[in-house]
Amino acid sequence: MADFETPELTEIPVVPHIKEGVMADSKPYVAKADFQEALGFPGELVDNWEKVAVDKLGELKGKYRSLQVFLDSCVKCGACTDKCHYYLGTSDPKNMPVARQDLLRKVYRRHYTFAGKYFPKLVGAVDMTKEVLDDWYSYYHQCSQCRRCSVYCPYGIDTAEISMAAREIMDEIGVGQKYCNEIIAKVFKIGNNLGLPEPALADTLEGLEEEVEEDTGIPIKFPLDVKGADIMLVTPSADFFAEPHVDGLIGYAKVFHEAGASWTISSYASEAANFGMFIGSYENMRRVSRRIRKAAKDLGVKRIIFGECGHAWRVAYSFLNTLAGPWDFLDPNYPVPQHICEYTHDLIQQGKLKFDKSENDHMTLTFHDSCNVARASRMGDKPGGQFRIPREIIKATCNNFYDMPSDTIGEATFCCGGGGGLLTDDLMEIRVKGAMPRMQAYKTVVEDHGVTNVAAICAICKTQFAKVLPYYGFTMDQIISLHQLVGDALILSDAPSEATATESSEE
Amino acid sequence: MSIEVNGKVFETDEEGYLANLSEWEPEVAEAMAKEDGTDLTDAHWEVINFLREYYDEYQIAPAVRVLTKAIGKKLGKEKGNSKYLYELFPYGPGKQACKYAGLPKPTGCV
Repeated sequence: MADFETPELTEIPVVPHIKEGVMADSKPYVAKADFQEALGFPGELVDNWEKVAVDKLGELKGKYRSLQVFLDSCVKCGACTDKCHYYLGTSDPKNMPVARQDLLRKVYRRHYTFAGKYFPKLVGAVDMTKEVLDDWYSYYHQCSQCRRCSVYCPYGIDTAEISMAAREIMDEIGVGQKYCNEIIAKVFKIGNNLGLPEPALADTLEGLEEEVEEDTGIPIKFPLDVKGADIMLVTPSADFFAEPHVDGLIGYAKVFHEAGASWTISSYASEAANFGMFIGSYENMRRVSRRIRKAAKDLGVKRIIFGECGHAWRVAYSFLNTLAGPWDFLDPNYPVPQHICEYTHDLIQQGKLKFDKSENDHMTLTFHDSCNVARASRMGDKPGGQFRIPREIIKATCNNFYDMPSDTIGEATFCCGGGGGLLTDDLMEIRVKGAMPRMQAYKTVVEDHGVTNVAAICAICKTQFAKVLPYYGFTMDQIISLHQLVGDALILSDAPSEATATESSEE
Repeated sequence: MSIEVNGKVFETDEEGYLANLSEWEPEVAEAMAKEDGTDLTDAHWEVINFLREYYDEYQIAPAVRVLTKAIGKKLGKEKGNSKYLYELFPYGPGKQACKYAGLPKPTGCV
């Protein structure tokens, strides 16, 4: 299938011996000048890039106090070394979180600490060189910013933030990553990561309406740009485009329909994802977020609900108010924003949704906690809601559910291997290898409980699973959207009797 | 990067997608497929032609359900699903078929 070896899934998880430099050649394509410039970055490597990089690092450590604390406080205890899925999957010691941090830390020490300025060799401080930059480009694109290591670090050092800072510095000197930057440029130009223009989106949604009506006999709507609707749904554009994402979108539409909600999608803000976070660029993250604000105002909606997208929920839950608030024009009776799982869960609690669980009896489910939902946000009004709510939805809609081993879910969840801007074909080796710990945990429940499918609430996770499952002996269709389960089991109260359903589908 | 077809050189991006959509000709698709070890059949061409028509109208490749529906209408319901498309284009209908059709690669979380 590819020119690298897929890691073996062992009986029990094994921490591998180090193999130095095995992933040094993994590098994503560099962004072209027009994508760089669209984001406000130089088109190519600037002349005095060493100085620009060091100055930028100085600016960032001043702006983000956390960054300086993280760079100063590591005591090299080693607690993080076996926690990163990329280390476990590749054996490359530079994928140990502490070593990944040190790639930036050693330059920070050289220029911003007393010992590093005068006795660099004693403290492992080095100058910013081409060699250092190459290492950064390679290994900061082998971090999915999933923050699992930070859970185990006694100081709470967040490698994701260091990785974001390194990427921002690289963008600033003209060395950006093609995948992320091309996508952000598309959001600015067209409104979503895919570059799906309004007429194509309208055509796609119309097609879905026909499909769902054929299936159910009910004219379930997928409204677009409806002014005065109550709810604006902001969802990853993959939900319009790809499988299994689209089945999740159909699920949301059925829930809105059954709840009798007035809702709409916006063609201007037709994207939940915000890759500005992956590249550590506050300015780009803000520009992407402001589109949501503008769309909400233009359409005059009262509420904003986010679809199944992991990092989008982190940006929405944790930063949206700062980035694009205040949201005083929305209905204060509802959280701003709300997650589609919170919305569906509330309706279930109120007894407004009825399910025929047997519709999902052909599957035995497990649930993959997406990293950004698990470790960087919450749902509902109680701690741990981001773990409990999706599982309660699954249990309300399915008879067969088993969790993966406890050290691989919840706060300790393993990343799918494709997050943080790594979901691109040019990084397939690191994606496949980084998926190993998750695949190992999945294999456990497949063997112990006969699990047949895994549900997720993140567009990246879904695409990544579909791609990597076959490498580990599973099939791509084992990954499904959580709201597919909801949509398939939901009893639609205005459903015609069997006979009329058949008639209308024959029209 | 580039690909040479019958002595004519076509510029491509790093991943082998045609740089200039308007330069596309059927022989380019055949040459690309050959590199992947595939011979294009009528079934492949149905998909490729639909992609090109759709792109011409909407400036984007069709969403998977738009594509499966169109193929289902043309070739019969049993072929209107992604399983059939993956049999034709094992690297993914979205990406591999787009490449042969001279379309840019779909970006995003897909």
